[in-house]
Amino acid sequence: VSGRALPVPTPETQTYWDKAAEHELWLPKCADTDRWFFPPRERSPFTGGEVIWRRASGRATLASYVINHRPAPGYEGIGPYVIAIVGLEEGPRLISNLLDIPAEPQALQIGMKLEVTFENRGVITVPQFRRAGGETGA
Amino acid sequence: MSGVVVVGAAESRQLGVVKDQSAMSLATSSALDALSQAGLTLADVDGVAAVMPVVEFAYALGVSPRWLDGTNVGGCSYMLHVRHAVAAIERGDASVVVIGHAESNRSQVGAQPLPFDRSSMQGQFDLPYGASGTFARLTLNAMAYLDAYGLGEADLAEVPVAQSRWANRNPRATRPELLTVEDVLASKMIAWPFRILECCPLNDGGGALVLTSAERARDLDLAYRPVTVAGSGEASEGGSAMFMENLTSFGAFRESSASAMRSAGVTHADIDHLMMYDSYAHLPLIGLEDLGFVGRGEAVNFIRGGATSPGGALPMNTNGGGLLYAHTGMYGMFALQEAVRQLQGCAAAQVEEVETSLVQGIGGMWGAAGAVVLQRG
Repeated sequence: VSGRALPVPTPETQTYWDKAAEHELWLPKCADTDRWFFPPRERSPFTGGEVIWRRASGRATLASYVINHRPAPGYEGIGPYVIAIVGLEEGPRLISNLLDIPAEPQALQIGMKLEVTFENRGVITVPQFRRAGGETGA
Repeated sequence: MSGVVVVGAAESRQLGVVKDQSAMSLATSSALDALSQAGLTLADVDGVAAVMPVVEFAYALGVSPRWLDGTNVGGCSYMLHVRHAVAAIERGDASVVVIGHAESNRSQVGAQPLPFDRSSMQGQFDLPYGASGTFARLTLNAMAYLDAYGLGEADLAEVPVAQSRWANRNPRATRPELLTVEDVLASKMIAWPFRILECCPLNDGGGALVLTSAERARDLDLAYRPVTVAGSGEASEGGSAMFMENLTSFGAFRESSASAMRSAGVTHADIDHLMMYDSYAHLPLIGLEDLGFVGRGEAVNFIRGGATSPGGALPMNTNGGGLLYAHTGMYGMFALQEAVRQLQGCAAAQVEEVETSLVQGIGGMWGAAGAVVLQRG
């Protein structure tokens, strides 16, 4: 969507964004302990050792949220929208909008099941989340 | 307990919408007022700390410091400046330190632009999702907290309601009206569940503190009794709500407050005044619990029962807090100023017999925390 903020990848995060462009959610893991972590770092925050990348399930639950009434650039004209913290099945959390779910407190239960989808912003594709069991493609 | 005392504490005379003073001028004029309270002049100052560019601040003052601290970890930076200044004075690296602060975020007079790095962790993973302000970032974990304890929007509203009893007694408060839960819930929605009265206002203003050794203070002609920096702590966690290990508790609150109380040699029972950083209404709830004044999930009932209101057991945010008194973007200086005033005995809403105050700050988006224990004498 035009006008929305565009992240600028760094060497540590390049895999995340490259895979998002392929509509896959990949996350870093500690090679020594096999633990997932986020955000991406050059070295494991657990051991200082090597980092490996693996595809995540894309399954998550709603951990927390606000319904923002003051739109950021690129978010104008759609009414209030959700900015959520989603808890990935693998453990780490991400921030996401919630697509195809009404931005109303009654529609948003902490713990509700979500799944990853992707939003194309031209030069970059950003992971987003929607209610689990939604249609494929975005 | 350190041998370092606050001998001057001044806020900018103008606070609110200030169109005829730059941020730098608000800071330097506050510094001069604070120095005059201590009977000191610029010639006595050999240490300078500020979040604003500290070299420019020292130069604007006309000081050639031999000690500088430009620590910027957000709104609690001033608690860290106090902590660092104590160490410097005890070590002899500085004898008189000025900690200055001002922002002109409302009127943008000589204001420093806020950095937005699109390759930072927040720039990549947080800001792209339509976060148009701190009200949609620092607030992100609030629903997790409310949900964990079966609380709702009316519970969150108790925070500004209680603090309005203090703000109402403070002629400088930005929002001096006495509030009910209904008033708060009827105020403009900003980012559910946060209404505007649960979000800090944006003011222009500043303040300054002057610190020196207790030994030197004995020879000064002080306008107010000295306030001892009894203990301090600083810590950091992740730098975004999503990185918190636990969305309902902040490790840096726990660490910094415990360090401050331990180094001061005080326990919770000794704390008779609390400044708990409150740019948003959920911070005092999580803070009261992380600092150990109440059990998990008990903060709302503690506040609703009047414990933090005038006459309560733990007077909190007695200037009205960042929510109702004033907030320039980084609030820590104002929290420290109010604690000093309470200990000097000259607060607008003075609490009787305050001996020990704990000032707890947060910086960034659940990034850093700083705590200071101040004592009378």
